[in-house]
Amino acid sequence: MRAFLGASVGKKLIVGLSGLFLILFLVVHLAVNLTMFAGRDTYNAVAHWMGTNPAILAMRPVLAAGLVVHILVSSYLAWSNWRSRPERYAMVDAAGGSTWASRHMFVLGGLVILFLGLHLSSFAIPMTFGSPPLAENSPVMKDAYALVTARFGLWWYVSLYTAAMVFLGLHVAHGLQSAIQTVGLSNRRWRRRWARVGNVYAAVVAVGFASLPLYFFIQSQVGSA
Amino acid sequence: MRIQLKIWRQETATHKGGFVTHVLDDVSREMSFLEMLDYLNTTLIERGEEPVVFEHDCREGICGCCSLYINGRPHGPGKETTTCELRMTKFADGDTIVIEPWRSKAFPVIRDLMVDRTALDQILQAGGFISANTGAAPEANSIPISKERSDEAFDAAVCIGCGSCTAACPNGSVMLFVAAKVSQLALLPQGQPEAKRRAWAMMAKADELGFGACSNTAACEAECPKGIDIGHIARLNRELFRGGFGSLATAAS
Repeated sequence: MRAFLGASVGKKLIVGLSGLFLILFLVVHLAVNLTMFAGRDTYNAVAHWMGTNPAILAMRPVLAAGLVVHILVSSYLAWSNWRSRPERYAMVDAAGGSTWASRHMFVLGGLVILFLGLHLSSFAIPMTFGSPPLAENSPVMKDAYALVTARFGLWWYVSLYTAAMVFLGLHVAHGLQSAIQTVGLSNRRWRRRWARVGNVYAAVVAVGFASLPLYFFIQSQVGSA
Repeated sequence: MRIQLKIWRQETATHKGGFVTHVLDDVSREMSFLEMLDYLNTTLIERGEEPVVFEHDCREGICGCCSLYINGRPHGPGKETTTCELRMTKFADGDTIVIEPWRSKAFPVIRDLMVDRTALDQILQAGGFISANTGAAPEANSIPISKERSDEAFDAAVCIGCGSCTAACPNGSVMLFVAAKVSQLALLPQGQPEAKRRAWAMMAKADELGFGACSNTAACEAECPKGIDIGHIARLNRELFRGGFGSLATAAS
């Protein structure tokens, strides 16, 4: 087992599987977010359910572990890959066939992590550990809607959020097809299809997430004007 | 035409190398890239200077000896060509051409542009072989193999082992080479007896030799002079599963 974990192909498998797990999580997260469009009461009810349902709560440490494993193992691989070329090329023309995103997964992932810190500190942490104002119509439900819309009224927050979703989209676009390739579920014909699936999935996730801050920011501007 | 060459010169693996600029005034458009380098060396020798060391052999794109990282690309500009197949028509009068050796921890520089690619042989020795007695060419129809399967095996078997996949890879991975070798054997009955241990053994050797890990950028495939598809890497990954990742690297140990 130690030799499996020590091998690059073992680590790659771990990065790929944890990545697929995180990719699946994204769509669940997006579905919850989109309920904001249904209005304050629906969103608060969903947020309350997410914060109290035992199955969801049980998944939290699993998600955190998946993320930590993904970051640590891929960082190790990026570092050892860097060391496999001690003398760098003076001139590199990557015009060939690789995408920009595929060559910058480590940087893109790092930018997403930076945003994640800001994101958790503004939503998940106050919702879980803090005591934000309660919703008007309930004695226990926190007003998640108010918390979110307040943030989405700040131009710098919305800009960072949108930029981070671009980085996330690029990371997922390569990540999905790359993970599929690593688990061997690809071939000459299917890799083009998987690449398309990855691109569409990434676009849906990035545009879906970014639509909320942009919508609420515009609304706040129109409202205050 | 006038060509300015920025060439990596390095005395031995342990010496520090650097770029040296050489100018050639009357390069003919009809020359091949290697003929242009031959011409440079003749000029250098006539002047009593050390010629540039580079590797070459068949000069018809089948031996895998030529290498060279030309203007940021292995085997230079053009798709599915080796350096020896590269012509000076690809360049214009007044161009500067930057020539570097393959860069990888596993390919130490021997001198100038020549690198030691023994690592590729060592990977083959770790698993890229069959134990069946081959003898003379067998009767073609004694083991029926579908056209599709034999074509796919052949597409992998065209690998000439030049190492441009590693040279092109942003991670310095050798996986396309290993995939080509594993794939051709995995697709044919002669490769089956060792199939379960082959992929793991070869990848473990690649790690040991200091190659990087593949992150599926497909840069290798774009630069492979034989156009080998990264679909073969997916097969290599399946072969790793088939052998249970060296049976999870022999379980306990």
